[in-house]
Amino acid sequence: MNEKQRKVLYRIVAAVVALVFLQFAELGGAGKLAGYLAVYLLIGYDILYRAGKGIIRRQVFDENFLMAVATVGAFALAIYEASGDYLEGIAVMLFYQIGELFQSYAVGKSRRDICELMNLRPDYANIEIDGKLQQADPEEIAIGTEIVVQPGEKVPLDGVVISGVSTVDTSALTGESVPVDVKENQTVASGCINLTGVLHIRTTKEFGDSTVAKIMELVENASSQKSKSEEFIAKFARVYTPFVCYSALALAVLPPLVNYAIGNVPGWNTWFYRALIFLVISCPCALVISIPLSFFAGLGGASRAGVIIKGSNYLETLAKVKYVVFDKTGTLTHGNFEVEAVHHNEMPEEQFLNYAALAECASSHPISKSLQRACDAKGVQLDRQRVSNIEEISGHGITATVDGRAVAIGNSRLMDKMDIPFKECHSLGTIVHVALDKLYAGHIVIADKIKAQAKAAIAELKALGMKEIVMLTGDMQPVAAGVAEEIGIEKVYSQLLPGDKVAKVEEMLNSKGTDEKLAFVGDGTNDAPVLTRADVGIAMGGIGSDAAIEAADVVLMEDNPLQVAKAIRIAKKCLGIVYQNIVFSLVIKFSCLALGAVGIANMWFAIFADVGVMVLAVLNAIRALQVENV
Amino acid sequence: MMKKTYKIDVDCANCANLMEAAANKVAGVEKATVNFMMQKMIVEFAPDAAPEAVMPEVVKACKIVDDGEIFL
Repeated sequence: MNEKQRKVLYRIVAAVVALVFLQFAELGGAGKLAGYLAVYLLIGYDILYRAGKGIIRRQVFDENFLMAVATVGAFALAIYEASGDYLEGIAVMLFYQIGELFQSYAVGKSRRDICELMNLRPDYANIEIDGKLQQADPEEIAIGTEIVVQPGEKVPLDGVVISGVSTVDTSALTGESVPVDVKENQTVASGCINLTGVLHIRTTKEFGDSTVAKIMELVENASSQKSKSEEFIAKFARVYTPFVCYSALALAVLPPLVNYAIGNVPGWNTWFYRALIFLVISCPCALVISIPLSFFAGLGGASRAGVIIKGSNYLETLAKVKYVVFDKTGTLTHGNFEVEAVHHNEMPEEQFLNYAALAECASSHPISKSLQRACDAKGVQLDRQRVSNIEEISGHGITATVDGRAVAIGNSRLMDKMDIPFKECHSLGTIVHVALDKLYAGHIVIADKIKAQAKAAIAELKALGMKEIVMLTGDMQPVAAGVAEEIGIEKVYSQLLPGDKVAKVEEMLNSKGTDEKLAFVGDGTNDAPVLTRADVGIAMGGIGSDAAIEAADVVLMEDNPLQVAKAIRIAKKCLGIVYQNIVFSLVIKFSCLALGAVGIANMWFAIFADVGVMVLAVLNAIRALQVENV
Repeated sequence: MMKKTYKIDVDCANCANLMEAAANKVAGVEKATVNFMMQKMIVEFAPDAAPEAVMPEVVKACKIVDDGEIFL
């Protein structure tokens, strides 16, 4: 509780004590009125003051005005009727204050809780001075400084490991608690927790540019991008409050006049009382507060799950996604070529790959890289001394001498050119044929590996009711069709240039319904135009890729296609809560208004409709934060 | 275009919306956004407007609708 809230609390307590005292005190007439009036002023002076200020500034239709009119009205009625029942006016003010206090406390607390959860900011960085570790402010550390991160500490700045071996937990960034091994020369992102060993890190970025600072900036600014629901509610509130005020006025004046005209008892008192109830119910705060709070909690929850959504508006769009377009490479597949199989070889696979990799060792082609990786994986050393006479035949392949043997490695055209009969391959991917001493020795299948979670990801999206899941790729048609079939995508467009991808997405945008949104999922490389063009652009594998973070509306920190479905589920849950709150608050408010108008609802009802609804809506909004099991 | 963020202290969400609407009407303000959750006001200024001159007007305009504070 802050100072302001504490002061209100003291006033509430004092007013309650005074009221109890007044109930038992034997006061009559003017003394009683003076006593109650004092309590009323104690509890409500600030409301009256603000209402007065509002009237002077011609800003009459705010809640202060409503409460002032309602309570002064109740007082006036009690004096007019000489009933001596001053309690009601005070009670209304008292409960309004309690409600306001609770609201400000609950909202403030949930706001702080969510901020706390999103707070990845490291408190300090260790630097070694004269053999002793000293704590420094991460913001004051220059690029190239050596920092020390001990087990259990948060990596404060992005950097490269100079010495030390350890395991880091990236869950604060990705939402997924998978320990990652790091050693010398590897980069480490700030925000990871160092688990096992001491790491000496040379920083490569200032704090303001580091991963942690960027994520926090994104998340904090996200709630400034207002959603359509929020705009609707803001507009609604602007109309609603004056509407209720005028209705209350009409309710107080018209029915008695009509009664009077047709010769009945006017019943001024009854209708005035009903009008007061109207005013108490009218406060739009439950609505106005619960909608941004739901979005805020949803954005916070999503960020904890490794899904950074750059605005409430995108959260809203995400919930309405019916079309998901994947750029194949880097999202559904790993995006780097790997040796998938070796066929028809007679010598051991290691030796075969060794010959192939050595012949290709001077090339910078992705195929050469994948051969080298395959050798690394099998623990085969590449001794370049064994290779000579490397000759690259453009568009065909390479010939070289390895261990005195003539190696030819390349596509089928190379084999044709050298008159070496070869075996066709039926596997999908790039086929690399190898000949040794002019004799066919077998071939290697190199393919972009499909991610392990790709199939499950597509199934989950289908379960979420997506109308269409489309795959775009620059790859050849057979490869694309093979990948699509394996993971369960029906619609594929292959052999596309980057510009074609934009055109395809635009085509789909034009043909879908207005309330159905299209999401494009890319890995952030070369697809910025498509990411911006789609209703919502999702970049996968956000850590370390600034381009992706810039261009996308949603950044998935983890390189995992399942996160797409998760992001949509989080958005749907949040939007569900938003709609629940809108409908729930409006239904309660309007039914209480109706009941109040016909005289069924009393002041207590009205208080519930105001404060009770607000409390329930706030509690419901907080649910948007829980996204672990969605 | 100049864009600045100010810390604010406002209690109720509706008041925050009213402040936003009021700030948007001030001359020299291109767009004002109140982020109630982060308790921030983000003001984009018109190209020829000086923030030092515009902000006191924004504060004044907001004072009319609510008691919330803007920290310059």
